Amino acid sequence: MKATPLSIAAAIAVVAAYVRAIFFTPLEAIQGPAQKILYIHAPAAWVAFLAFGLVALTSALYLWLREDRLDRIAEASAEVGVVFTTVVLITGPLWGKPVWGTYWTWDARLTLTLFLWFVYVAYMVLRGAIEDRSMRARYSAVVGILGALLIPFIHLSVYLFRTLHPQPILMKPGAPSLPSEMLVTLLLAFASFTLLYVALLRVRYRYAVERDDARPAEAYVA
Amino acid sequence: MGELVRDAWLIARKDIAIEFRTRSAFLSAVVFALLGIVICFFAWDTTAVAAVDLAPGVLWVIFTFSGLLGLHRSFGLEQVDRAIDGLLAAPVARESIFLGKALANVAFVIGVQIVAIPAVALFYNLPIGRVILPLASIALLAAIGLVSVGTLFSAMAVNTRLAELLLPMLALPFFVPIVIPAAQATAKLMSGRPVGETIAWLKLLLAFDIVFIVACTLAYPFTLEE
Repeated sequence: MKATPLSIAAAIAVVAAYVRAIFFTPLEAIQGPAQKILYIHAPAAWVAFLAFGLVALTSALYLWLREDRLDRIAEASAEVGVVFTTVVLITGPLWGKPVWGTYWTWDARLTLTLFLWFVYVAYMVLRGAIEDRSMRARYSAVVGILGALLIPFIHLSVYLFRTLHPQPILMKPGAPSLPSEMLVTLLLAFASFTLLYVALLRVRYRYAVERDDARPAEAYVA
Repeated sequence: MGELVRDAWLIARKDIAIEFRTRSAFLSAVVFALLGIVICFFAWDTTAVAAVDLAPGVLWVIFTFSGLLGLHRSFGLEQVDRAIDGLLAAPVARESIFLGKALANVAFVIGVQIVAIPAVALFYNLPIGRVILPLASIALLAAIGLVSVGTLFSAMAVNTRLAELLLPMLALPFFVPIVIPAAQATAKLMSGRPVGETIAWLKLLLAFDIVFIVACTLAYPFTLEE
């Protein structure tokens, strides 16, 4: 696969953000080096939500307009979103262990992220399990929309669950008012991750186009 | 609207009649539920954890999984001799087909509950007589939510290569916002708390039911061939 100018730019931006995060951003007084994971974790979470938001949007538009491009964007975005959600789910516990004292807690936000991962992994499995292209597009669009509808319900139920059963947490993950140096680094990380998302989305989209061109729709009809 | 409901009722009656004559899925779901309760009883020591704390979780976990058995059958039934084509060719709205299937599934799931809830009460030695009405309303609300999403996913899963493997994968994440409120509300009731304390959970269940019945009924026609 050929590297596009966009993906090269995204890679450079991500590297730049981390050089700044590691060498030129001060250590957090209490959490120490562990806090630096924020510069991966938070941007990855943002991109994951962006990606799944785009899946829901393009799914709804697909059912309306029946444009193959929309289905391919949804397919690409879901896959990239799952990758970023995996990053969130790996970096979160790594930070949680030194700071909270535990890798995992059934906090509302953690649980929600885990279930998002489940929903969109199922979405990808569903896509893989259907040969017929039009059926695959319609089915996955329906799941893409229902997945978005599910999010507030999971959030609400796990939130109620947690407030009824408070768990001991050493430190709360409240939003600290960051010093400007850290804030700039974080914003840079956000921007570079967003760029990386767009780059990966385009690469994945092109793959879908090439795959569909190589095997025209008629070949699927049994 | 009247026609929609009438047609849905016809389709539901068809499915219930098939189930009533064969009884294969219902019996296996009931036996599965009972076996599940027994296994859970031995998996968790009731002398260490009070039965009243275990039972709600056991009830709702068993219930979810036995529900899946019935849901898979719902559209699996129509695969034989492509019976679904006949159903689609019938002069009824596609929304009616979905609602009819869902109605039959609700009947199926409630049937399993009628056996499973007393069985849990019996095996775990719980007094449910006092709370039977609120418990039944939780069960009904949960059944409707479970079936609305489950029926749609069943319709999709039968047409895929993975079929029965895909249904739990798709459906279980959607069952979480049903199982949590249902189990929590059941736990409140069984430990003798006033019904008022379960209202927040019941509202959540009701909201889930409304949103997903509407969404799934509207989505179903999109899953069919044009």
